[in-house]
Amino acid sequence: MNGVHDMGGMDGFGKVEVEANEPAFHHRWEGRVMAMVRAMGANGGLNIDMQRFSRESIPPAIYLAASYYQKWFLGLKSTLVDRKLVGADEFVAGRSLRQSPPLPRGTFSVKDVARVTTRGSFQRDVANPPAFKPGDRVRTKNINPPTHTRLPRYVRGHVGTVERINGSHVFPDSAAHGRGENPQWLYTVVFSGRELWGAEADPTVKISVEAFEPYLDRA
Amino acid sequence: MAAHDHEHDHDHGHDHGSELSEMQLRVRALETILTEKGYVDPAALDAIVETYETKIGPRNGARVVAKAWSDPSFKQALLDDATKAIGTLGHVSRVGDHLIAVENTPQRHNMIVCTLCSCYPWEVLGLPPTWYKAAPYRSRAVKDPRGVLADFGVALPKETEVRVWDSTAETRFLVLPMRPAGTEGWSEERLADIVTRDSMIGTGLPTGLPKAQP
Repeated sequence: MNGVHDMGGMDGFGKVEVEANEPAFHHRWEGRVMAMVRAMGANGGLNIDMQRFSRESIPPAIYLAASYYQKWFLGLKSTLVDRKLVGADEFVAGRSLRQSPPLPRGTFSVKDVARVTTRGSFQRDVANPPAFKPGDRVRTKNINPPTHTRLPRYVRGHVGTVERINGSHVFPDSAAHGRGENPQWLYTVVFSGRELWGAEADPTVKISVEAFEPYLDRA
Repeated sequence: MAAHDHEHDHDHGHDHGSELSEMQLRVRALETILTEKGYVDPAALDAIVETYETKIGPRNGARVVAKAWSDPSFKQALLDDATKAIGTLGHVSRVGDHLIAVENTPQRHNMIVCTLCSCYPWEVLGLPPTWYKAAPYRSRAVKDPRGVLADFGVALPKETEVRVWDSTAETRFLVLPMRPAGTEGWSEERLADIVTRDSMIGTGLPTGLPKAQP
């Protein structure tokens, strides 16, 4: 979706402000939100792409004003409702009002913690060979789906070069909407700064994105 | 469960007093709901939080960089397949898929961003800092990386290529910074002390590396 989350190249947000000796969490609740998101993902209640789409769908004015973990909290709530795991009335009540479907992998318990502190693999085998190889010139498609995609607006319709093949992976555009993993080849595609930002851009800058094969045409 | 009595937990010094913030109350209610439904055990949530507060942080990445600076064959293995190479180090926790190490050279400086959200190599760097997840960095890193570097007090030579890696999939990136001159003969432990978090994101340089004059 062409949401406010897709920030690459926007102006006006000001300088990067660095907090010295920043703690892992600024409030205790932030850690609880992070842990709940990871736990519900690990035991199959939701996947990472559903989570991302739910955060992208937060109305822009709220998205920009909310802190990072406030966005995670809002996204987690809406995903739980969408997945019919928690009812909106239960958030109001502050307690469970009915039995809900169990998670595919059951209650997230202490024995499961190691599974969230090491990244899982998103690589999946596909039958077809990769359509592109390093050195190939490709043009990103001009797509504007209202649904989840990982092709940022600032590279759409531009010509770049395939630099690496990174294997075949779960396709977020499908997985975010419960349409299966639909694995696709993944490439690092590199663009010159001038291709993306015009003739006035710094000639020493290059930018790459990780692009799934369905995002690319041969140039 | 007595050790996890949330009613009496403190908020790490931020929300002192008896009045809990609205967010604290809303999050607590959600945790109650998920616990009552049998989705999560609060003790497991405690363990996740504790892991990221005390066990996983940029020291993991610093040890990897120090090893790469000290051992050319490990460096090559790291650049070939970072996930696999780090798996051979006993003292760094295993990393999952799909980590890619990118090397800074006099000709090229690498910088990592996630313009769409906050993708970051948690296992080697810990949780991302707030600035990495915030609009100023996400918006400008791909359009004006030298301007962003200036915000961090870093000025690169004019001719150095600046390569920005936007983490738009489940691949993750770790910058292998250049080893500063004057560190010959240092132990890995001592080298790890100068490898900052920001030098592994590409927004900083190892401490002790003389900065070029702007």
